[in-house]
Amino acid sequence: MTAAETMKEQKMIRFEIYRQDDLDSTPYMEEFEIPYRANMNVISALMEIRRNPFNKKGDKTTPVAWDMGCLEEVCGACSMVINGTPRQSCTALVDQLEQPIRLEPMKTFPVVRDLQVDRSRMFDSLKKVKAWIPIDGTYDLGPGPRMPEKRRQWAYELSKCMTCGVCLEACPNVNSKSDFIGPAPLSQVRLFNAHPTGAMNKNERLQSIMGDGGIGDCGNSQNCVQACPKGIPLTTSIAALNRDTNLQMFRNFFGSDNEV
Amino acid sequence: MANSREFYWRRLHSLLGVIPVGIFLMQHLVVNHYATRGEESFNNAAHVMEGLPFRLILEIFIIFLPLYFHAIYGVYIAFTSRNNPRQFGTFRNWMFIMQRVTGVFTLIFVTWHIWETRIAAARGADVNFGMMESILADPFMLAFYIAGVVSTTFHFANGLWSFLVTWGVTLSPSSQRISTYVTLGIFLALTTIGIRAILAFV
Repeated sequence: MTAAETMKEQKMIRFEIYRQDDLDSTPYMEEFEIPYRANMNVISALMEIRRNPFNKKGDKTTPVAWDMGCLEEVCGACSMVINGTPRQSCTALVDQLEQPIRLEPMKTFPVVRDLQVDRSRMFDSLKKVKAWIPIDGTYDLGPGPRMPEKRRQWAYELSKCMTCGVCLEACPNVNSKSDFIGPAPLSQVRLFNAHPTGAMNKNERLQSIMGDGGIGDCGNSQNCVQACPKGIPLTTSIAALNRDTNLQMFRNFFGSDNEV
Repeated sequence: MANSREFYWRRLHSLLGVIPVGIFLMQHLVVNHYATRGEESFNNAAHVMEGLPFRLILEIFIIFLPLYFHAIYGVYIAFTSRNNPRQFGTFRNWMFIMQRVTGVFTLIFVTWHIWETRIAAARGADVNFGMMESILADPFMLAFYIAGVVSTTFHFANGLWSFLVTWGVTLSPSSQRISTYVTLGIFLALTTIGIRAILAFV
């Protein structure tokens, strides 16, 4: 077989990529065709485009920009909208996707360039809701209270959140018209309030989600729990926090000297 | 963040939708159902309601203020969502969208209905069987009233489902699934009562 024949028989993968030069520039679609290899994921396809940045028409173009980190669906950096569904591009296998494979950035977040978005708002939300356990002090506090093993196993599921942003992209109430912080940081409040030491600051975390953009903005469309790649029970977390914040509201309103 | 009152407004919105507005809706549909027993029966029932002591105060504080707070704040909520049924065609996402669509439609219907009956009454018209009979003689109005009642009962029943989530009653997916069936039953029952009453005037 000659080289030309090999080229002819080469299976190609088609991509439609929505690109944007920076935050304010107009988005445009660019088509790509890259040679098929077995077991490709979207990231290895993007790497192929970066190696040989020619679009479908054969014109030289700029390599497509995207974010990635762990490549095993743990870091959350490579999230994008693939064929209409927000998910991680590392676990999006080309063999399982309908072609042309359509890649878009998660528009809920500011677009940095092409498929790269800025998820800073999620990290700001984690600070707002105090998603940590304060143990720093001037002396050794000793060991904290023990956590029941069953609860530890359950809490481990909530701790799988990788701040990937997929649930915010899926939520109809997270958008430019609303300042809803979204499901991910809410579920983190439930995680840290379930920890025996974390529970010592339970009321502070509850208060933090009882304001602008807090839990009140949830509209129960339940897209988040469908979209979460880690299978976190986000809607159960939100309902449980509804119960907790309501009790906190009554405590605040009717007055109680028992804060936690 | 914690200085905002939005959380409390949202909770008040959720509460008022059921108590008193939802309770009033059920009461209203049940009283309407007297129409199926004939003109006289309906007129007597309407007369009792009309003759309730402190009627104006009851109407203002149990119906109009809670209803219009719920409605106007609800329109704000409806227009701050970005619906995405194409990406997520799940049952709950469709219910989320329908809740907003029926909310806006119910506001239009109820406002028209109040204009045509209560405001007309204040301007001297008699609210009785004959009034409804003449309104519903127009086929367009008949269709509008049927659509209005279905939209209202849907909005109430589905709102009851999210009320249970918002107030932290149904937490687990299984309890939320059961409450879906229960509220579906409430929707069907109230719709039947409402439409039977409308058809009794035709």
